[in-house]
Amino acid sequence: MAVQPLKHEMPVQKPEVRAKNFEEVALGYTEEVAVDEANRCLNCKNKPCVQGCPVNISIPEFISKVKERDYEGAYDVISQSSSLPAVCGRVCPQETQCESKCTLGIKFQPVGIGRLERFVADYHNANFTGEPVLPQSNGHRVAVIGSGPSGLTCAGDLAKKGYKVTIFEALHLAGGVLVYGIPEFRLPKSIVQKEVDALKKYGVDVQTNVVVGKTITIDELFEDGYEAVFVGSGAGLPRFMSIPGESLKGVYSANEFLTRSNLMKAYKDSSSTPIMHAKRVAVVGGGNVAMDAARTALRLGAESVHIVYRRSMEELPARKEEVEHAEEEGIIFDILRNPVEILGYHNSDDRRDPKNGFVTGIKVIKCELGEPDEKGRRRPVEIPGSEYVIDVDCVIMAIGTSPNPLIKNTTKGLEVNRHGGIIVNEETGATSKLGVFAGGDAVTGAATVILAMGAGKTAAKAIDEYLSK
Amino acid sequence: MYKIVKKQALNSTVTMMDIYAPMVAKKAEPGQFIILRVDENGERIPLTVAGYDRAAGTVKIIFQIVGATTMLLNQKNEGEYISDFCGPLGCATEVEGLKKVCIVGGGVGCAIALPVAQKLHELGCEVHSIIGFRNKDLLILEKEFAACSDKFTVMTDDGSYGRQGVVTLPLKEALENGEKYDKVITIGPLIMMKFVVATTKPYNVPTVVSMNPIMIDGTGMCGGCRLTVGGKTKFACVDGPDFDGFEVDFDEAMERSRMYVDFEAREREATCNLFKKEVK
Repeated sequence: MAVQPLKHEMPVQKPEVRAKNFEEVALGYTEEVAVDEANRCLNCKNKPCVQGCPVNISIPEFISKVKERDYEGAYDVISQSSSLPAVCGRVCPQETQCESKCTLGIKFQPVGIGRLERFVADYHNANFTGEPVLPQSNGHRVAVIGSGPSGLTCAGDLAKKGYKVTIFEALHLAGGVLVYGIPEFRLPKSIVQKEVDALKKYGVDVQTNVVVGKTITIDELFEDGYEAVFVGSGAGLPRFMSIPGESLKGVYSANEFLTRSNLMKAYKDSSSTPIMHAKRVAVVGGGNVAMDAARTALRLGAESVHIVYRRSMEELPARKEEVEHAEEEGIIFDILRNPVEILGYHNSDDRRDPKNGFVTGIKVIKCELGEPDEKGRRRPVEIPGSEYVIDVDCVIMAIGTSPNPLIKNTTKGLEVNRHGGIIVNEETGATSKLGVFAGGDAVTGAATVILAMGAGKTAAKAIDEYLSK
Repeated sequence: MYKIVKKQALNSTVTMMDIYAPMVAKKAEPGQFIILRVDENGERIPLTVAGYDRAAGTVKIIFQIVGATTMLLNQKNEGEYISDFCGPLGCATEVEGLKKVCIVGGGVGCAIALPVAQKLHELGCEVHSIIGFRNKDLLILEKEFAACSDKFTVMTDDGSYGRQGVVTLPLKEALENGEKYDKVITIGPLIMMKFVVATTKPYNVPTVVSMNPIMIDGTGMCGGCRLTVGGKTKFACVDGPDFDGFEVDFDEAMERSRMYVDFEAREREATCNLFKKEVK
């Protein structure tokens, strides 16, 4: 049988429709399409895709189960390696991970591994009615700080081994970046809730409104009888550019803008949290967070949304699919532009003018690409005299975060690097403090959901070994 | 869920509540704040800690009924619950080693100034307190301040109680008369704190202000509470809420506090209408 050269397309909401709602953009494969796509897998001997996966899911094995229409079997295979398949099937950058290694991809398009993972997870969530088999308790207690991807993964793995795990979450809702950062249209919150509920069934206790470093310290957790602690507190303080005008009204960090919309549901009329419904928006940055912020602004009713990014389309760090979706929805890519100033309204005749202090525009300078930097990415070089103003009433800064100092400042013996990231042994996630492990953005700075999950997994294994001694 | 153990109206617009939150009560210090949500669709609002009882596991909050959320909160009664209560957040007010301090509180800000005054008093520091209100009806915590202050002055804008005038008046007199304070600690409306700083600056008396900007998470994640202090961007939630008053850009802070005035007015209106309907 001849190989079908192209991946089966993911059905999506039409761009002109989805740009006005917060419903999920990608609709998921039907059963028939999933089986057809699974049949594209060559089931090759050396399985390069598995090496491309940060948590080493047995990809050909689960795809074989899909071929046999044994979707629960497929789910079991994925579950052995991943605690959050419905999440990863949606937000993983598969094109640079598993799918980039696919043998089929040498000549044709690779197998749609992510889309199949999503199908399997959604099938399970819709149809599975059984209860999980609970492991025998081993009597050990572990504290997990943060309920984002690394914390959920670490907690899940340990609970399945019989540990009594308590997750401490600073916000009022569990999920971390999956609930405050990634928008509903990319990852429905009901899916995150299902994953959290599944952990609770395994006996994981989730305590919200606890800020470790403030409400309780790591040393106090040990005094309370926890024998090991995993720190998955995520990235922290948003970065700004230190250019004039960043304190004007209408300038947001992406974290603030997305938290208002996602966690606080400010996009709904029923929410009592305010958010600016701007008409013209500039988002500074080129990562997934920038795409999320831009597309959220569009859905909140913006007439034009600009991505301002200092390199070219080739260097955009966001997932290709997100960039394509953004382009289809009409997001304007002002590439090779760097902001130099944010302009605001000032009526010097009337101090009480309600428009005073609000953003009116962003001044940018054109750039060209110069020599590659140490990471091999070509450095943007500003072209003197090329400044111009884009008229906007809202600017969203999506240029990354620096680690939150709360835990570092209150934990003696926990070493951090010069960027503030917690120093760990990469093989185990062990920190400089005995019994304390860490992973995710708190260690690496802003990265991806799946890398954080991988770190949570590594640490769970190491914690198990540490407490089994 | 967090139980309202005690509720008391301090005046027609200010309410005091004791909330059962033992983990917060165990750690809270004067100057720190909490974040609460009244119900499931509620917004997160920061309120500075007005007191705590570690043995009883309660934290005292005092709030002015100004917007939709404080209106909803005020509808809750003793024995009822609010969804979320998180803290203590921010850094505690620095009180170590102070020998003589002037506390300047304005309006509901006095509620936050009180535990600082009490703590200083406990530590043996000489405390002079000046508290100001628009009029007699809005006066709160007079007895409590009198009990922990070595010198105590009440000011009202209209002279209906205490001395007539603004809080900076007696402060300026004291400084002119040669009072040597280690520190002036001021908590109240931004415009009041700005003028307190303008009063102390010529005498170069270190002046601490407690900032209460718009916040969401309160843990250093969103940056919404940013202020310019000494020309640098600071986050009130993790770097503050106390800052060196001489360094704070008050005009910018006042401008930023008005970001959502339209939205807030609409929400307040809607909440009012909702209550009116319920009454009918």
